[in-house]
Amino acid sequence: MEKEKKKLIVDGKRVNGRGFDDLRPLKVTAGVLKRADGSAMIEWGRNKVLAAVYGPREVFPKHLSDVKKAIINCRYSMAPFSGMEEHGRSGPNRRAIEIGKVAKHVFENAVLTHQFPKTQIDISMEVLQSDGGTRVAAITAASVALADAGIPMRDLVQGVSIGRVEGQLIVDLDKYEDNLGEADVPLIVSLRSKEVLLFQQDGRISREELQKMFELGFKGAELVRDVQVQALRQRYFETGDELNNHG
Amino acid sequence: MARESEILDEIKAEYVKDLLKQNKRVDDRGLMDYRAFSIEKGVFPNAEGSAMAHLGDTKVAAGIKFDIVKPYADRPTEGVFTVQAEYLPLAHPTFESGPPRENAIELARLVDRGIRSAECVDTASFFVEEEKVLGMFLDVYVLDHNGNLADCAALAGMSALANAKFPKIEDGAIVRQEFKGPLPLARHVVSATFEKINGVPILDAVSEEDTASDGRITLAISSDGFLCAAQKAKSAGFTSDELLSLFDVAKEKTKPLLDAVQK
Repeated sequence: MEKEKKKLIVDGKRVNGRGFDDLRPLKVTAGVLKRADGSAMIEWGRNKVLAAVYGPREVFPKHLSDVKKAIINCRYSMAPFSGMEEHGRSGPNRRAIEIGKVAKHVFENAVLTHQFPKTQIDISMEVLQSDGGTRVAAITAASVALADAGIPMRDLVQGVSIGRVEGQLIVDLDKYEDNLGEADVPLIVSLRSKEVLLFQQDGRISREELQKMFELGFKGAELVRDVQVQALRQRYFETGDELNNHG
Repeated sequence: MARESEILDEIKAEYVKDLLKQNKRVDDRGLMDYRAFSIEKGVFPNAEGSAMAHLGDTKVAAGIKFDIVKPYADRPTEGVFTVQAEYLPLAHPTFESGPPRENAIELARLVDRGIRSAECVDTASFFVEEEKVLGMFLDVYVLDHNGNLADCAALAGMSALANAKFPKIEDGAIVRQEFKGPLPLARHVVSATFEKINGVPILDAVSEEDTASDGRITLAISSDGFLCAAQKAKSAGFTSDELLSLFDVAKEKTKPLLDAVQK
């Protein structure tokens, strides 16, 4: 079966055993780093992404500062050992720089930047292990890191990627499904404003499919949000301290 | 604020010096004690070897990847081993994105020298076929910087190595996620870093102690008791007697680390 035709859907199920709209196991831990002002680790399937926030702090270089609001800087990068294939290059590549940019636009919406004029907020997302859907995992973690840093936001944003394999729409693609599938749409949404804040796409998609994808995306986001809230609750209400937890 | 933590460390540095006059440290440790440490191995299974090391609040991740590479012209049958270190911007408010600066380069080279001099790995076993050898890439990822990166990085790097598996090779290519077995290691190596504050050496400094110190020495010690790499940094000097006695301390104090790495 592996050699001739790789099937992603067999007997109405995904080969990884999940139903079409099932998410992989998801866990978020807030406050995992001592130095950073806010941090979070997300483990989503085999993905492991660490996000941290510094700021609001003085803008450097100064001429970039905005008298009306905080500027947001986002770094997304994959560790050279994060993939299953060959050793990667260190530092952000072109793909990573693009993801940093779209992530920045998400947080320019979510963060109440006008409350912190002439400052910058630096968000770092480091993919330590990757298995498809790392950008939504990274932004979902960064959102928790911002909350952990005590930075006021309009909403705790989150998302999930939606794709199509063998004509079937599925939620939360892993690397294998992403590589062999027909379309991939990472989505980050605000459940509060009902807006889509990150929307990238490749593959051919009909209007009906897109509509269904948005529905699946918002539905998936609700599950993700529960996990984020749980992580913050764990950090501040159940443990009741700010001490770093050495897993 | 960008400079806040540095200023804080400088203020605390004065306190560190005062305390040390009474042989005391900010966290009540003995002068020659490590902070509590722990190692998690195999945390990133996509890599051929991986580990996360915690030394107090300092946290470093390390990963190993193998690729097929061209051997060096002067050593056509020998494998290649490379260490890279990244000071991630999320690890400290003063770390910036970009190519490695001198501190990251020094850190990588220090970890590299320890492992290379201890001859932990037999790179002759990395020969594949003519013009093809295995390249082993060790990436050291600084995640949380709260002092003494050198020892935490050495611990993470060595643990990743101890967790590494020898890749399966077919038709001159690596078959990912299939292995011949564990990567054989001849021995292990970790390091002990001392900071000298007003003439008094202490082991495993936290950030404010690092700021207070004007001399540093890192000693990499192998599991068979040899000194495998050394690096003296900052302006203050050490006498040869001081260095010899620190070698003795390093040998004794690295024992629990070396034991933990081999578990």
